[in-house]
Amino acid sequence: MSILEVKDLSIAFNQYTTGLKQETIKVISNLSVALEEGEILAVVGASGSGKSLLAHAILGILPNNANVSGTIAYNGEALTAKRQSALRGTEIALIPQSVNYLDPLMRVGKQVRTSAREGDAVVSQRAVFERFHLQPDVERMFPFQLSGGMARRTLLSTAIVSGAKVIIADEPTPGLDPAVMREALSNFREFADQGCAVMLITHDIESALTIADKIAVFYAGTTVEIAPVEDFTGNGEALRHPYSKALWRALPQNDFIPIPGSQPRPDHLPPGCLFAPRCPLATHTCDQAQPEMRNLRDGVVRCIHAT
Amino acid sequence: MHKQFGARIGIFLLMKGVRMLTLLFAICLISFLLIKNSPIDPIQAYIGADMMKVGPEQREKIAAYWGLDQPVMVQFFNWGSALLSGDLGTSMIFRRPVSEIIGERFLNSLALMLTAWVLSGVIGFAMGVVSAMKKDTWIDRIIKWYCYTLASTPTFWMGLLMLIVFAVWLGRFPIGLGVPAGVLAGDVTIADRLQHLFLPAMTLSIVGVANVALHTRQKLIDVLASDYVLFARARGERGFMLFWRHGLRNVALPAITLQFAAFSELFGGAVLAEQVFSYPGLGQATVEAGLRGDVPLLLGLVLCSTLFVFIGNLLADLIYFIVDPRTREGRSL
Repeated sequence: MSILEVKDLSIAFNQYTTGLKQETIKVISNLSVALEEGEILAVVGASGSGKSLLAHAILGILPNNANVSGTIAYNGEALTAKRQSALRGTEIALIPQSVNYLDPLMRVGKQVRTSAREGDAVVSQRAVFERFHLQPDVERMFPFQLSGGMARRTLLSTAIVSGAKVIIADEPTPGLDPAVMREALSNFREFADQGCAVMLITHDIESALTIADKIAVFYAGTTVEIAPVEDFTGNGEALRHPYSKALWRALPQNDFIPIPGSQPRPDHLPPGCLFAPRCPLATHTCDQAQPEMRNLRDGVVRCIHAT
Repeated sequence: MHKQFGARIGIFLLMKGVRMLTLLFAICLISFLLIKNSPIDPIQAYIGADMMKVGPEQREKIAAYWGLDQPVMVQFFNWGSALLSGDLGTSMIFRRPVSEIIGERFLNSLALMLTAWVLSGVIGFAMGVVSAMKKDTWIDRIIKWYCYTLASTPTFWMGLLMLIVFAVWLGRFPIGLGVPAGVLAGDVTIADRLQHLFLPAMTLSIVGVANVALHTRQKLIDVLASDYVLFARARGERGFMLFWRHGLRNVALPAITLQFAAFSELFGGAVLAEQVFSYPGLGQATVEAGLRGDVPLLLGLVLCSTLFVFIGNLLADLIYFIVDPRTREGRSL
């Protein structure tokens, strides 16, 4: 059984446009994804494909004007708002994007200690700092005094001291030099090997491939494919969805060929398959309705033409 | 690091000191010239109603005695050098040294302004915090409405309102003055003074909360929408704990700074409130000196209020400089 299962998740925002006219903008539609214990799931996709919103939806920290439908289950039980607020920071931890997520006026050691849930907070904070090669004087620093790598490791520490079973890392790698990045990624692998489930949200497919078990490809607020990491190889023949193939081929180390067009904006979504306007395989049927996710060769895909 | 910090504080204070001296010099010169060119005739102001009995020769003698026949810059120099030796001159209305009057009035005003300052700061901050934490609820709307109304309320009008309600209708508080009339100075009790202080202080506090409340509200709303509060919520913090850990310290600093910087408005408000309540403070003395052409007292008050406002701003800067870790610990890493 999956430790965390997201099914048919849709998120829409109510926005006032001109005057009192209200408009609903659907940013995530029918998204389904599952996390297993001991496994790293990398969520990849272009910016604006709804990756961070998924993380916020799982934690229940979306803004008030968000309408959420669909189900999120943790350990087989529905994740209600009440359960979310009980599990935040204890069972499910977030590793945010940047140093801006640390309180600018609080010493970082203290911020890590407030995340600790059991045992002596000071002891566990010092232990985790030592593990991440952060000098003892770092705990007395303020966030503005940290370098990029130190900030990243501090953010990572908050998740570790909490002892959470599910870790959601939101773009943890940009701006890191290769050595620090490898170290950060290996930490995630270590987590997973200890039995945690890790969701790694990133647009860096290349580094995600080095540690992930499965890759979920996002496009315009939905999952188009979830594939085992081994399928990302060669010319992408093993991949199922035309967008995943195109994404794979667009990488510099592969063909470096982008496909024409761009991801549709949330307020101008196509009626049928979201990728149809750019898809080489698109037929008349694709414009009728959004395809359902279906199992295919040990993966899942949202395409009627995929084989 | 600490030694470096000490040096930086030293340089900071030195620069501020230089700025204060130049400011004071400019204020002295400008107000001296303004008064020189105003229609106030110092001799007439001095003699008052007996003007008819004084002949032209006597007037010239008085002018020569005071050095009024000398060029303007020489007069300024004479006044300036007397000032530097601590002599502010003698008040024409009170017939006593200016420094003595200012000292006495300042204590009265200080009691009034300090009370109003602390009350408006604390109440305004609390109102802003409640309003932001309960944003868009009925309590937020009431506080906002109250603040907008007050922000556009003149102090003297509010003072009159307080007088009508509490002094006239309810008869609970005295109608004016700093001490009861017809009581020997030795017999005036602290309770008497407090009773006379109450209404003007309340007036100033009620009007003063709007600024700090609205500012705190907006700042806290920004803080609550920030990434670090989002992350704190993601770690399970909520409600009062969230505010205590992350909201308070990020909002208190700008609020304190604002409150110190509001010294000038406080002084301006006190002038009007004191006039309405006939409270014997600096503000009332300023109005008197202006209306009756008491040049030495007026100049002394101008200097005094400049100093007062400057110190308020200096404290605001200094607190920010010392308390904020971003300036305190430097960007040395």
